[in-house]
Amino acid sequence: MNDCRMHWISMRMLVAVAVVSGLLCGMSGIAQQPSNRRTASVHAAIPQMPRFRFQNFTTENGLPDNHVYAVLVDGDRIWAGTDNGLGLYEHGKWKVFTTKDGLAHRAVLSLAVDKRTGDVWAGTMGGLSRISAGRIDSYTQLNSGLSNNIVYGVAVEGENVWVATAAGACRLNLRTGAWSLYNERNTPMREIWVYGVSAQADKVYFAVWGSGLLELTQQSDRWDMYDDPDHETELVLFRNQGLIHDVVSSVSYVDGTVWAATYFGDSRYDGRYWRNFLTKDSGLPSNFTNYVKGVDANHAWFCTDKGLAYYDGVNWAVYTPSIPTGRPEMWVRDSRGRVTQIPVTTAPANNYILGIDFQGDDIWVATAKGLSHGIRQQSIHSKPLPKEPLK
Amino acid sequence: MNQRVVNRGWRWAGSIAVGVTVMMLVALLPKTTMAAYNAGELLNYASPVEMLYSPDGARLYVLASQSNEVRILNATNFTPIGTVVVGHVPRGFALSADGSRLYVANSWDDTVSVINTRSLSVVATWHAGMEPQSVLADPAGKYVFVANRISSDVAVLDARTGMELKRLVAGRGASYMAMSPDGKRIYVTHVYPNPGPERTPPESEITVIDVARVQVVDRIPLPSVAGVFHVTVSSDGRLMVAAELHPKNLVPLAHLEHGGAFVDTLTLFGSDVGAKPVEIPLDEIEHYAARPFGVAITSDKSRMFVSCGGSEEVLVIDLPRLLHFIHTHRGPFAENLGASANYVIAHIPVGHDPRGVAITPDARRLLVANRLDDRISVIDTHSSRVLTTIPLSGSEQLWSLQFSDRIFSAVNDQPNGKRQCSQCHIDEQHRNAFTMDFSTRKRIQALRRGEQIFYTSRYSFQGQLACANCHFDSTFDGLEWDLEPDGFGRNIVDNRLLEDLRDTAPYKWNGGNPDIPTECGPRTEKYFWRSEIYDDTKLADLVGYILSLPARPNRWRLASGALTPAQERGKAIFTRTRDSFGYPIPQANRCNYCHSGPMGTDQKSFDVGTRRATDDTGRFDTPQLTNIALTAPYLHDGSARSLEEIWTLYNPQDKHGRTNDLTKDQLNDLVEYLRTR
Repeated sequence: MNDCRMHWISMRMLVAVAVVSGLLCGMSGIAQQPSNRRTASVHAAIPQMPRFRFQNFTTENGLPDNHVYAVLVDGDRIWAGTDNGLGLYEHGKWKVFTTKDGLAHRAVLSLAVDKRTGDVWAGTMGGLSRISAGRIDSYTQLNSGLSNNIVYGVAVEGENVWVATAAGACRLNLRTGAWSLYNERNTPMREIWVYGVSAQADKVYFAVWGSGLLELTQQSDRWDMYDDPDHETELVLFRNQGLIHDVVSSVSYVDGTVWAATYFGDSRYDGRYWRNFLTKDSGLPSNFTNYVKGVDANHAWFCTDKGLAYYDGVNWAVYTPSIPTGRPEMWVRDSRGRVTQIPVTTAPANNYILGIDFQGDDIWVATAKGLSHGIRQQSIHSKPLPKEPLK
Repeated sequence: MNQRVVNRGWRWAGSIAVGVTVMMLVALLPKTTMAAYNAGELLNYASPVEMLYSPDGARLYVLASQSNEVRILNATNFTPIGTVVVGHVPRGFALSADGSRLYVANSWDDTVSVINTRSLSVVATWHAGMEPQSVLADPAGKYVFVANRISSDVAVLDARTGMELKRLVAGRGASYMAMSPDGKRIYVTHVYPNPGPERTPPESEITVIDVARVQVVDRIPLPSVAGVFHVTVSSDGRLMVAAELHPKNLVPLAHLEHGGAFVDTLTLFGSDVGAKPVEIPLDEIEHYAARPFGVAITSDKSRMFVSCGGSEEVLVIDLPRLLHFIHTHRGPFAENLGASANYVIAHIPVGHDPRGVAITPDARRLLVANRLDDRISVIDTHSSRVLTTIPLSGSEQLWSLQFSDRIFSAVNDQPNGKRQCSQCHIDEQHRNAFTMDFSTRKRIQALRRGEQIFYTSRYSFQGQLACANCHFDSTFDGLEWDLEPDGFGRNIVDNRLLEDLRDTAPYKWNGGNPDIPTECGPRTEKYFWRSEIYDDTKLADLVGYILSLPARPNRWRLASGALTPAQERGKAIFTRTRDSFGYPIPQANRCNYCHSGPMGTDQKSFDVGTRRATDDTGRFDTPQLTNIALTAPYLHDGSARSLEEIWTLYNPQDKHGRTNDLTKDQLNDLVEYLRTR
């Protein structure tokens, strides 16, 4: 038991070091480049994948900090959770909320909007904050029932705010003010480092670092846990038979399908079948995925340490500045595994991607060195992005 | 030296005299009054609080908060047309745009009664939030907005079905609302200050709701303000005015002679005012406009009327002069006692605790609901004189709704298996006899007189404040106060709730007052009023009224009376005898040792490790737990901003109960249980 715990702690430290070094420096390692690359001019019948012109925001044009952990689109308002405050981009200007305004902590790790009320919830390194028409109310482990101050993930569904923290998950009932805590004492959670949460009316999913994916069926209050069937941290012995790895960093539940990101590959689960994604047989630029956001059951975006990837159910596209040179790059991988480079002039601000949200056909991307607005250039992707993306 | 001895002797003699007087007062308390407060509040008065005209101007609707009714009067001659019984303690009402429906916010039932104004009958009862105070219908007929005081939000209901669509976060103690003439904006006030850092000026807000988007789009800050009542909008939508209190709770309240307790103010905002709201005072030297509550603006914006509950008057403000004043003088104005002479042009005495105001459709009359007289004052808006006073018929009929089956359904478990009203603790089988026993007019009048004393500011120095200034609607104000003349910032105390005070003596945080007559008599006279003292009858009436105040329904208890699993677990922690490691907890270190009995207090003082350098003592009275969920902040000085903080921040040595062994889950359970008390 102790050995096992030590193993996990070592793993956490390793990954934590990787995350921090990635954040601070941008990833400068050697990307795993597909071997069968081609250029757009050589071959025809390249999958029509979305193209963007990226407009990048940094501290030079008002962003509170270049380390952007999370981004949230709420209509015309763009919220950026950074290492030094919460930024709101509206009417072409940035407004910054800090601890002086009541924010629980300067480092904002996660964001969610209550679509009904317009209130924004911010998970920080020092608690959970609600921003409501400019007023900030903060909940901490000392002044409220919040399980832990380090809030990695937050989601709003109906009357409930679901929170992923470094010491389990919890739920705040907005009607009664009651907090419910979920941890190793009342769920199958083996580890309590909860990295992400995605909630819909029927189910809530939690991404648990080292304990796989937890599923709560709301009507029955039943908990299920999905973990790596081979329980191997380094190997994938049972391909497409379960979660790719137990170290789950993010989850997105949409259209009855779960997209799960880990630091060792990604997975999709439709309630019956699993599908695993690794760099060696998909268009993922890296197996180290910080964040995943599903568009629907077949389309999803993956935020990795080596660029932003889009999967349309068949083909892949990757958007990143070149890791060695910094030049903007876009790669498309088709269903046969052929990789084509698309000539582009812009790319996300950094290859280390931490979050994404949608604004119509546009995307907003949180990176380790700035916030990027991907302005859609042409509608040539196989499936249009939804106007009102599901959260 | 000899003179000192003589003085000391006189001082002793004085103390003995005061003590004897207090003992006599306790003995003199009329038995009927004592019994009445044992019973809880009897509802036999109408207590009008708000008024509305029908769209055609033919009817006047009067909301009777104590008899739980809407009275319908002929708007011309004020003769009764009908009465509709609604839910418990209605506090606000509004008409639909076409006037066909009247919505009533029932504060103790957490419901909205929907009245068909043609048939004058309740056609639906909808659920709202916790303690709804006011209600508004949007002109398009899509939504009904309900401001809820305990849940501090605005519930948005579907106007067709009553189904709740969402809750919007408002200020703490959300209470009163007004809609802009174009129907696009709703302005919401709140009576308790928003949570903020300890020992800083209170902060309040006007919450602005976009009706089309059904979202809060702005929060207009009201710095140094706590206790905001009605807000109104001028007919052209260019001026909004809120009536409010500007407490000076950071300096000793005893400095009343320096204008030290409250400023009674209005906040003006809107395009007539400019980009920033302006706070203006209503007080004058020697004449305080205590507790401004209702506001009305004439359609031509020539006059504004403000009802003042404490000073029992209506102020008449020359609006053009007021606007000229704020545009030609540099603020801030709030504490300038010379300012109001520039715009307050008349003081019109009215009845006890005037509340809602309404201007007649022809703008010639102003009506004022005198809550504690059951009368409506009719004022000529031109001459600023009271023309007549309209008594509400049947106002002294006995209402015993409090003892209805519905109330008795909220029962406490009794060892003998009998059902007992959870609010007044009367056995069900005795309720009829009890009601008969106390149905004499005389007995009820004593409670009413006591209530009038509680709400009037006439006894305090310069008429500055009343009990109700800090105990809004006989509850609390969410503030910490510096009460005693012992230096600035010493012995700060949190304001406590006045509900169900029986068996909770002694009083004051240091337990210095053995009973309510002492608390409300000599102490109040000396430290608060610094003015006229009550005679024996007045004090007895006041004490009787205070002890008659029942506890509001607890919103965290299930209707069945059962506890949720989390509350059950919390109760087990509250009553446990061993800690999480299996070690025995010393008796005096168990929650239910000090917080024992039905009221949650053993009526003794303890040192629970919360003394600060500014406190004279570390021993504090064990507070009762009645409706403790409502009364943040906590501890004797309000240093704990939430129930959790009592133990996460202020119990490092486990002196305030053995709690440092608890997991976060267990602490949450304990808090969930405490909310049911």
